[in-house]
Amino acid sequence: MSNEGVDNGKRRFLTLATTAVGAVGAGFIAVPFLGSWKPSAKAQAAGAPVEVPLNKLAEGQMVKVEWRGKPVFVVKRSSAVIDSLKNTAQQLKDPQSENAEQQPEYVDTVIRSIRPDVLVLVGICTHLGCVPQHKKETEVEWGGGFFCPCHGSRFDLAGRVFSGVPASKNLEVPPYSYINDDNILIGVDEGAA
Amino acid sequence: MTKMAQLMQWVDERFPATKVWNEHIAEYYAPKNFNFWYFFGSLALLVLVNQILTGIWLTMNYTPSGEEAYRSVEFIMRDVDWGWLLRYMHSTGASAFFVVIYLHMFRGLIYGSFRKPRELVWLFGMIIFVLLMAEAFMGYLLPWGNMSYWGAQVIINLFSAVPYYGADITEWIRGDFIISGATLNRFFALHVVALPMALLLMVFLHLVALHKVGSNNPDGIEIKKYKDENGIPLDGIPFHPYYTVKDIVGVAGFLFIFCLIIFFAPEMNGFFLEPPNFTPADPLKTPAHIAPVWYFTPFYSVLRAVPDQQLGVIAMAASLIILFFLPWLDRSKVKSIRYKHWSFKLWLALFVVAFVILGYLGMKGPTPMRTLVAQIATVYYFAFFLLMPWWSRWGATKPVPERVTH
Repeated sequence: MSNEGVDNGKRRFLTLATTAVGAVGAGFIAVPFLGSWKPSAKAQAAGAPVEVPLNKLAEGQMVKVEWRGKPVFVVKRSSAVIDSLKNTAQQLKDPQSENAEQQPEYVDTVIRSIRPDVLVLVGICTHLGCVPQHKKETEVEWGGGFFCPCHGSRFDLAGRVFSGVPASKNLEVPPYSYINDDNILIGVDEGAA
Repeated sequence: MTKMAQLMQWVDERFPATKVWNEHIAEYYAPKNFNFWYFFGSLALLVLVNQILTGIWLTMNYTPSGEEAYRSVEFIMRDVDWGWLLRYMHSTGASAFFVVIYLHMFRGLIYGSFRKPRELVWLFGMIIFVLLMAEAFMGYLLPWGNMSYWGAQVIINLFSAVPYYGADITEWIRGDFIISGATLNRFFALHVVALPMALLLMVFLHLVALHKVGSNNPDGIEIKKYKDENGIPLDGIPFHPYYTVKDIVGVAGFLFIFCLIIFFAPEMNGFFLEPPNFTPADPLKTPAHIAPVWYFTPFYSVLRAVPDQQLGVIAMAASLIILFFLPWLDRSKVKSIRYKHWSFKLWLALFVVAFVILGYLGMKGPTPMRTLVAQIATVYYFAFFLLMPWWSRWGATKPVPERVTH
């Protein structure tokens, strides 16, 4: 085949144009393939809010409820615990909850709750997703909180991570709100209802 | 001409059957000094065939859904004729795959099989290794036991270390807010269709690249340097029948051990099938101690050794990625351990020790002492590779023979 009389500029332009159009097409066709991996409507519907009654919860006790298939811890804290949480900043990685992704903005940044005595946390370790165990302040010498059996991460009774453990982030506080004094709704933001 | 020869001629005029057979089997000249270490390539092929065959048969009775998966595996084990054997061949085969692949890679390390001109053989091999890890990880979720579930939870959450998009990426991988039937089904599709196809393609490329450059050998010298008047390497012998027959001996030895495990210790005391996996997946209850299957534990130890989540994930990924660069890190004048300076043997022996220690610690729960040991082993693991351009040049090498020794 002879290359005589070939307009190389035109040929290059056509090659580039075809490649570009092809790439756009490939990008579009990737959308359904990648998008189909997102949680389905059914999975999203299963993520409905959960109501938790507080009147049967004694001081120091914890209940575990399921929300979106995740364990959520609800703990009632004594005033002694609440006071002690304010003086432990030097042992913690993020005592002031500066990582704003880990809690909604309407919770306190130190004790990490709406009402001081009721703590609500997603019970999934921020290291690699195991379920930490609740340790009462009377059970352990480090002040009580949550201990992850997988890799030894520890969190205090505000879900704040201790220094020197594998996890880097505080336990997540889920969106929640008070329906009345005795009932909270997990999954709906305070002020949204 | 016989009828058979006529038939072959008819085929050869339309398809290069004889040509391919000769190029890759009957007239593929391999060095005549192969030793024990050269069994593991063909054994890897054998295990691949075992995994594909038993895997196909397992899918005939397995149900990939969150509700049915655990029960269907128990059904295979108890109610399907020979189901227990097919399942144990598959689960033991997974561990056997990593045994032969680790030994195959070690062979490459001691004889310099990754060195020029075999860099692409090594790179294709490394891609196979990574695909195999993905294949094994996804396969381990399918029995839907509690260790399947939480192991997958831990590994998928590695992606949450990605800044800002971490949570969205893990949700996208799972297809749910937690690991659920959606995750199981997509892992099933990848495990039985997508990854095996990719593996087969890469194995094909690995062999094409190998046959283009020719096999290395324990002396680490090129047999193509000395050829007879017909262009055949003087130190080469045809792959068939010489090495096909030799490999059959390896197959017999391998199958002897393989069958011992299948029949007498298929769970291998918790190493091949972990105890918590004999209870169904429970999203609200983490097993007291989560450890990956043994073949992942060295890399898992690297992850845990770093006391920061993001840096830990980066270190673990780096411990795998650094292997890809091996052909360009080794600057020694000779390829084979036989002619390298004694310091190479020391570096290598310590590397094996560090790798085994990391593997051991990855199975154990963390204590401050174990974490410290894992950190030392991790530092050595990286030093071995990162300092290789310097230490591999250090010291006098022995003279390399012109022809292979045997």
